[in-house]
Amino acid sequence: MNRENEHPSREIVIPGDLLDSGKLKAGSGTYVQDGKVYAALLGIKSVKSNFVNVIPLGGRYIPSPGDTVIGKVIDIGPSNWLIDINSPYPAPLHVNEVPWRVDFGDTARFMNVGDTLLAKILMVDETMRVQVTMKEQGLRKLQGGQVMEISYSKVPRVIGKGGSMVQLIKGMTNTRIFVGQNGRIWFDGEIESILFAIRAIKMIEENAQMLHLTERVKEYLESVTKQEGASSG
Amino acid sequence: MGGNSNVKLIDDNGIRMDGRKADELRQIKIEAGVLKRADGSAYVEFGKNKVLAAVYGPRECHPRHMQDPSKAIVQCKYNMISFSVEDRKRPGPDRRSVEISKIISEALEYVVFTENFPRTSIDVYIEVLQANAGTRCAGLTAASVALADAGIPMKDLVPSVAVGKVNDQVVLDLQKEEDNFGQADLPMAMIPRTGEVLLLQMDGHLTRAEFDLAVELGTGAMHKIYALQRDALARRYAVEGGSEESEDEPQTAQRTEG
Amino acid sequence: MSRSVMSEIKRDHIHKLLATGKRVDGRAWDEFRPISIQINFAENAEGSARVKLGNTDVLVGVKMTVGQPFADTPDKGVLTTNAELIPLASPTFESGPPDEDSVELARVCDRGIRESQMIDLEKLCIEPGKEVWILFTDIYVLDYDGNLFDAAFLGAVAALSSTIVPAKAAGKGEDYPLPIRHLPISVTAAQIENSILVDPTLDEEKVAAARLTVTTDENGDLRAMQKGLTGALTWDQIRKMIETSQRLGKDLRDMLG
Repeated sequence: MNRENEHPSREIVIPGDLLDSGKLKAGSGTYVQDGKVYAALLGIKSVKSNFVNVIPLGGRYIPSPGDTVIGKVIDIGPSNWLIDINSPYPAPLHVNEVPWRVDFGDTARFMNVGDTLLAKILMVDETMRVQVTMKEQGLRKLQGGQVMEISYSKVPRVIGKGGSMVQLIKGMTNTRIFVGQNGRIWFDGEIESILFAIRAIKMIEENAQMLHLTERVKEYLESVTKQEGASSG
Repeated sequence: MGGNSNVKLIDDNGIRMDGRKADELRQIKIEAGVLKRADGSAYVEFGKNKVLAAVYGPRECHPRHMQDPSKAIVQCKYNMISFSVEDRKRPGPDRRSVEISKIISEALEYVVFTENFPRTSIDVYIEVLQANAGTRCAGLTAASVALADAGIPMKDLVPSVAVGKVNDQVVLDLQKEEDNFGQADLPMAMIPRTGEVLLLQMDGHLTRAEFDLAVELGTGAMHKIYALQRDALARRYAVEGGSEESEDEPQTAQRTEG
Repeated sequence: MSRSVMSEIKRDHIHKLLATGKRVDGRAWDEFRPISIQINFAENAEGSARVKLGNTDVLVGVKMTVGQPFADTPDKGVLTTNAELIPLASPTFESGPPDEDSVELARVCDRGIRESQMIDLEKLCIEPGKEVWILFTDIYVLDYDGNLFDAAFLGAVAALSSTIVPAKAAGKGEDYPLPIRHLPISVTAAQIENSILVDPTLDEEKVAAARLTVTTDENGDLRAMQKGLTGALTWDQIRKMIETSQRLGKDLRDMLG
C-alpha cells in the first residue's frame, strides 16, 4: 500500500473506465455506480490513502476558498470590480475587501479594467458564486513583468515537488515567479530572463508526461543562460 | 429515403457499392485536441465524412435567461459548411441542423455531470466539413471526445453510428447513395458498458426482426467506435514509458512566491 | 467579455520587447509564422485549401454552379466571396449572420481576387446574357490567432488555383481547370508604437494601433489594400508595408507552386 503512494500508476484513464470494484474509496474525478468506482475525467489514475482519484489532464480552474489566484479586472462599478480568475465564474471584489480606502465612485483610481492582481478566494457558495479579497498579507496589484496562462491541470507539474521545478527556473533565470492556483503565472525580472522562464514553462506544459523533464528543462536553461549545471534537483 | 429498389446498392454476393459487406464499418479516424483556442476538440472521419467538434466551457451562460442555478446547460450547435455537400448549402442554420443540434445536446446532457457547474453553459460546436451520410453520428462521436478532451467530468464516452436497409438487407453505416436510395435509416448512440441508448431516430420501413438485427449490428459497431474514441484520447497524452517518480506527485497545487 | 480584455501587463510586455526589436514569439518584424497549405481537403468542393498560419487555421472551399450573369456583364462569370467566423474558432465568435468582421474579411478577399483579375471571367461564359459559371468562394475560420486576412486570402488563392470546373456534371462539356491568370498575395502588417510587425498574432492585433493589408501580383503591382483598426498610419509606414508586401509576396507565391 505504501508502494502505491510512492509510485502512482501513470495509467491514463478515460471517463467510464472502471477504477476499482471493492477495496478503494471514490476520490476526486470519479463516480460510483453499482458499488464500483469509475473515472469521470480524462486523467491519471492515482491511489492515495485508500482513495482512488483521477488527476485531470485538462479542464478549467474551479475556485476553492483559500486559493491564491492571479486575477484580471474585466469590469468596474462604483463600489466594486469584477475579476476574471480564469474560471467559468468571474469574481466580484468589493471595496471593503481591498487594502485601500476607496470612496464610492472612485474605484478606477485604484484599479482599472486590464489590471492584474493577486487575490485570495474568500468564499464559494453552492451555486458557485465566488468572492475574492485582497485584504491579506502579500496580496496586491501586480505591475510590470509578464503574465501567462497555462492549463490549470499543469500547475502542480510547473511547481514541482516541494516547489523544486519553479525554484529551478527562478534560480537559473534570476526572475521572480508567482504561480497562481488558477493557472496564471506572473514573472518579473530582466526582459530576456522572463522570455527564458516562459519558454521553460511552456516546455513543461507541452511535455508534462515526459521522462526526465527536469533534466531537459535544466539543459535548456543552461544553454540559454550559459550557466554550468549546478546542483542536482 | 428514396426506397428505390431499382438502384442496386448491394450485389448478389452481399457486396455493397464501396466494397463493404453488410456488417462492415467504413474506415474511421479519430484525433483529439486538434484546435488551439477551444477548451477541447476532436476531428473524426467516418469514411468520407469529415467532422470537427469543439467544446468551450464550462463558461458563463449566454443568454443569461437560460442559466440554470443548479447545473450547467449543454448547448450543442451542429452545422454543415457550405461546401460539405455536392450542391452548395447556403450558410446558416436550417431546420434540419436545429433538430440535429437538439438531439445531440440531449444525448450529451445525459452523460455530463452538469451539477458540478451551476449557472454555466457547456457549448459544443460540430462543423461538418465534408458530408457522406451519417454526419450526426460522426458529430456526436466527435463531440463526446471533445468534451473529454476539455476535461469535463462525464460518465462515459458516447459512440454513435447509423444502421440502415438497402435492397431489403439490413446494413451497417450507410454511405451517401445508400442513405439516398435505401429503405431505412436508423441513427443510434449508446454507452456501450451500460447499454443505455442516448440517441435514436428512424425513418423508412423496418420489420421488428429487421430492427433487432439492426440493433445487433449497431451495438457491435459502437463498441468498436468506442475503442477508437478511447485510443484517440490516450494517444493525445501518450506517456514515454512512465515518468519521474514524485516530481509530478499529484497534490493540491502549492504556490510559491518569487 | 472577459476574454477580450487584454491585461495591461501583456500590453506593456509587448511594447517593452518591441523597444528592443523583439516579438513575443521571437520572430523578426518581417517574418511570417510557419505556414502550411493543404489543397483538396474538401472533396465535395470544386476546389479547396486548408491553410495554417501559426495557430490560425482557415478552410476555404470553392463551389460552382451554372447561373445567370449580371445584366451589365453578360459575358462574364460571377464571383462571390463569403466568410464565416464560426464560434468553434474562438470564444469571441458568436453564432449568427456574418458580422462586420466577417463581411470585411470576405470583401477584402473578394477585392484581391477580383481586382487582380486572377480568374479569366470571360472564359466562364457559357452563353452570353443567358448562362455563365457562378463561383462561390466560402471561407471558414477554424482556429483564430490573428491575421485572418492573409490566412484566408492564401487559402482562397490556393483553392481557386486547384479548382476544376464541373462542366461534365452540368452537361456543359468536359471538366477543365479554372482559368487562372495571376496569383495575387496579401501581406498584412500591424503598427504598434510606430513599429511595423508583419503577420500579427492575436495579442499583437489587440495591442496594435492600425493594420494594413496589401495585395500584390507577380509584378509587385498593387491590386488591393485595406487599412483597419482605429489608429493612424503615416505615408512612410504605408510605403514600408507596401515594399514589405512586394518582397514577402514573392516567397508566399512560391509556396503555391
